[in-house]
Amino acid sequence: MTSSALALVNVLAAEGAEGDSGFQSPTIEEFYPEPLVSFSLLGVDFEFTRITFILFFATALILVLLVTAMRRPGIVPGKLQWLAESGYSVVRDGIARDVIGPKGLPFAPFLGSLFFFILANNAMSIVPGLQISPMSKFAFPLVLAVFVWVLYNYVGIREQGAAKYFKDAAIPPGVPAAALILVTPIELLQVFVIRPFTLAVRLFANMFAGHMLLVVFSLGAVYLLQVGNFSVIFAPFSLLMAIIMTFFELLVIVLQAYVFTVLTATYLNGAVEPAH
Amino acid sequence: MNILAAEAHNPLIPPVGEIIVGIIAFGILYFVLAKFVFPQMEKTFVARREAIEGGIERAEDMQAEAKAALDQYRAQLAEARTEAAQIRDAARAEGQQILEELRTQAQEESARIVARGEEQLAANRQQVVNQLRGQIGQLAVDLAGRVVGESLAEDARRSGTVDRFLDQLDGMSSATAGDGRGGASAYVPQGER
Repeated sequence: MTSSALALVNVLAAEGAEGDSGFQSPTIEEFYPEPLVSFSLLGVDFEFTRITFILFFATALILVLLVTAMRRPGIVPGKLQWLAESGYSVVRDGIARDVIGPKGLPFAPFLGSLFFFILANNAMSIVPGLQISPMSKFAFPLVLAVFVWVLYNYVGIREQGAAKYFKDAAIPPGVPAAALILVTPIELLQVFVIRPFTLAVRLFANMFAGHMLLVVFSLGAVYLLQVGNFSVIFAPFSLLMAIIMTFFELLVIVLQAYVFTVLTATYLNGAVEPAH
Repeated sequence: MNILAAEAHNPLIPPVGEIIVGIIAFGILYFVLAKFVFPQMEKTFVARREAIEGGIERAEDMQAEAKAALDQYRAQLAEARTEAAQIRDAARAEGQQILEELRTQAQEESARIVARGEEQLAANRQQVVNQLRGQIGQLAVDLAGRVVGESLAEDARRSGTVDRFLDQLDGMSSATAGDGRGGASAYVPQGER
């Protein structure tokens, strides 16, 4: 069962119960399906919903694809190998080397992992039958953002020394002393709080909103068909919008994976190179 | 039930369990990719670059080899040319020498032939002169005898008159003409008369 169908059931149930309730728009409950498995381990509650399983599925899928592609690599690549290498080359050469510079290549595996992980999970939002991205659950983008945050702060301290790194973060060179009253809190907040938060929220909100849009237009089409008056003629338009938004979602899927990786590289660049 | 639960959910406050699941999922992916897949890709990139560079290197080696061979051929050709020129020069010099030798030889030969011819001519002349001298003497004595009416031959032979006369003639002709020929030419008309 898809979440859309699940929502439809809810809508119909609500209609049946209240008789005349009109269009029941999808709620935040879209993202909180019934847990399929739930247990408690060391005082932590685990609820494995279908979204959790989609996360595992997407991760396993991209792993299997990449491992299969590179199991017996050839000098002349096959189709799958070429695809995998192209994806990694975009991150390795286009992001790690071009954004960070020559020191960026050691980060290519991390950036590549981020890219493929986000891409695979985002892609689940338009796979028929699954149709929801685990990245629309804030926990997963947050985990990635925290990894990024830890990494770039660690690299900054390692490359520049703790004193210089924090001093440059708090007091950017070239700023007049009087302006520091304003600049210092903003800079500190930006480097240590806002960066990881925006990184996580940008990805989460894009996938969240994308899913909501698809659900609204899909449910809208169903509702318009069933409401039983002349509004039936608008149902195809709602369906068409759902299809158009699916293609738009495809764009967002790739773009957000790329943006997340590029921003990570930018932060790493700031950590590797002393501030100007 | 759903509606009640909705009030409790805040999408920006994730449950701890989900965070742990996320860490595990990304951790596994990062481990596998960074440990096996990406190094494999790097190795493939290097192998590919080496294959391409190796090909270029091989081509360069071949080109260098061909160039060396060409240089060698050119050197050999130049050597052969100078050698040929030397041989030609030598041959020309030798030919010149042979020609020179032949020429001197021919000159010697011709000189020798001329000398021999002159010698023979002189000998013939001497012979003719001697013969003529005898005949003219005889003729003169015969004529004189016929004029006088008797044979003067005995007397003439005895006294050597004719010889004396001829010697006088010889002495006269050599005195009048510069050389022997003048004498001879002056003498011949006398003989014919």
